[in-house]
Amino acid sequence: MVPNNSTILTQDRRARVATLFRNAALILLLLGLILPFAAFIINSLAFRWFYPQLVPNEWSLEAWNSVLNDDLFEAFYNSVVIAVGVTIVSIIIGIPASRAMGLYQFKGKRFVEFLILAPTIVPGIAVAMGLNINFLRWNLAGEIFGVGLVHLVPVMPYVVLTLSGVFANYNPEYEQQARTLGAGPIRTFWYVTFPAIFPGLVVASLFAFLVSWSQYILTFLIGQGRVITMPVLLFTTIPGGKNPNIASMSLVFIAPAVLILLLSSRYLSGESNTVGGFGQV
Amino acid sequence: MTHVILDKIQKVYPGSITPAVDDFSLDIPTGKLVAFLGPSGCGKTTTLKMIAGLINPTAGRITFDDENILPIPSEKRGAVMVFQNYLLFPYMSVGDNVGFGLKMRGVDKNIIQQKVHQMLELVKLPDIVKRRPAQLSGGQQQRVALARALITEPRVLLLDEPLSNLDAHLRDEMRDLILTIQRELKVTTVFVTHDQEEAVLLADQIALIFDGLLQQYVSPAEFYQRPISERAARFFGGVNFIPAQRHNGSIKTNIGEFHFDATQSETAPTGNTMLTIRPEQIRLNDGSPTNVIKGRVRECIYVGTYTRYKILIGSHEVEAIRGADLPGLINVGDEVDVHFPSDRIWIVPQS
Repeated sequence: MVPNNSTILTQDRRARVATLFRNAALILLLLGLILPFAAFIINSLAFRWFYPQLVPNEWSLEAWNSVLNDDLFEAFYNSVVIAVGVTIVSIIIGIPASRAMGLYQFKGKRFVEFLILAPTIVPGIAVAMGLNINFLRWNLAGEIFGVGLVHLVPVMPYVVLTLSGVFANYNPEYEQQARTLGAGPIRTFWYVTFPAIFPGLVVASLFAFLVSWSQYILTFLIGQGRVITMPVLLFTTIPGGKNPNIASMSLVFIAPAVLILLLSSRYLSGESNTVGGFGQV
Repeated sequence: MTHVILDKIQKVYPGSITPAVDDFSLDIPTGKLVAFLGPSGCGKTTTLKMIAGLINPTAGRITFDDENILPIPSEKRGAVMVFQNYLLFPYMSVGDNVGFGLKMRGVDKNIIQQKVHQMLELVKLPDIVKRRPAQLSGGQQQRVALARALITEPRVLLLDEPLSNLDAHLRDEMRDLILTIQRELKVTTVFVTHDQEEAVLLADQIALIFDGLLQQYVSPAEFYQRPISERAARFFGGVNFIPAQRHNGSIKTNIGEFHFDATQSETAPTGNTMLTIRPEQIRLNDGSPTNVIKGRVRECIYVGTYTRYKILIGSHEVEAIRGADLPGLINVGDEVDVHFPSDRIWIVPQS
């Protein structure tokens, strides 16, 4: 059927309205993401800012000067060490666990699934209180290692959930194919399994890093106040009430997360066959 | 160029009581093409994967040229498998896919490149080295998978349903290609299929497998002429089965008595048996004086090169096929002389 003029017009109008809505949504989304940052940046540079001025009366780098000190560097360093370590360990544990969850059917699978997901339901503070006693007994409390270990509790569900999705779409016969072509187990993993699950690994690592990076309560309780990470430092700064200092420290806290998100964005988009094994071949 | 022997192979999967494959012995001669034929779930793919080293048998031995290969891991066995859905590595180019096996053996890059070209030429797909598997058609993917398997000069080539994913016209092409390459390289080849036509088209010898047990291991023609059981005969398209009692050289059925050829009289089963004869072996109105019985044509199905007749003999219906160029018209309702040639009648035990 050949569409007459009026239907072409309505289609055209409909398309224009759709574009309008899409652009409006995009602008709102960007505003929602950028405005808090703008507020942080302006605040961090404000020296004197009195009501009802829209922008500060005087600008200064003083807040940055006072915030960028050894305490912050140490906290930043601790946070990076813990988050990177937790990410690596969680991925190493997560790959075989997710493979089992995604590929195989076994007795008690539902129960194991529940156990893995439990940390997302049980309040972190309850876990930390219980673990604290044992960690004290094992001399893990107050140590970076102990803090990293306890971070694995909230991190593992994210890693296993993401990766089991990958393995659910994964055909293990590719590995058998590589084996019969002469690849041993290690090279089979490197040449076949790893490339297939790589996009999923990126996404899982991102979750692992971010969840560990933003832990406060677990770090505070298990670290005994001796392991200072970025969130811990931030929480002790907030009651001081110095807005410029809080703002600049928050920016330092957020920066790595934003950076990592930008670097891995192409694996997060739906277009790459992310989180999907080999996808459609 | 490898002589493969399976010796009383058994596989019991964990958590299962009945073995997937049991007491399976087979001699696969050097350079031959052997088919494992059976319905899905009969254990044929399990057996193939046991030869490849991807599944370990619970009991038994597998030897390549009298060498026990069970302790040798899959990657060192030289038994390369081509899977049903080709499994080309999607993130590698066609060239890298074909060269994969040589790369794993640490062969020099330039030699790999040369060999890849040779192999792609052999499967008649030059000029696609740089393409991605996703850009290829199913038939092309299949041929690339074959090239990837053959480049390592495997001792044994294992094919999983090599023709079943292809269109009818591609099947013939692929069949010719596999046969040509197999004859040229003389590589011992085993393939698995559930389709008797695919098995007959390709194989020198067919191993028929039901429920994890080897039923019969003979040439394709033999399966048509001398099936071992009613089930085997039905699997090969047999449709005419008449309950029979044998008395030396003749058999009694409730539609009449027939003589049958002496060659089977020694080995033929006794007791409750079935007389079977293939539709194309029945002669109609051919003037034979013996082994003839009157029947009435109930249905004619014209297929072009031949016509299929359903003929009622007493209470029994038999199916016969007759070439299109034979003289004399036969129509529905006609009375015909149905001739069961004595050397074509075959007797199987009743199942």
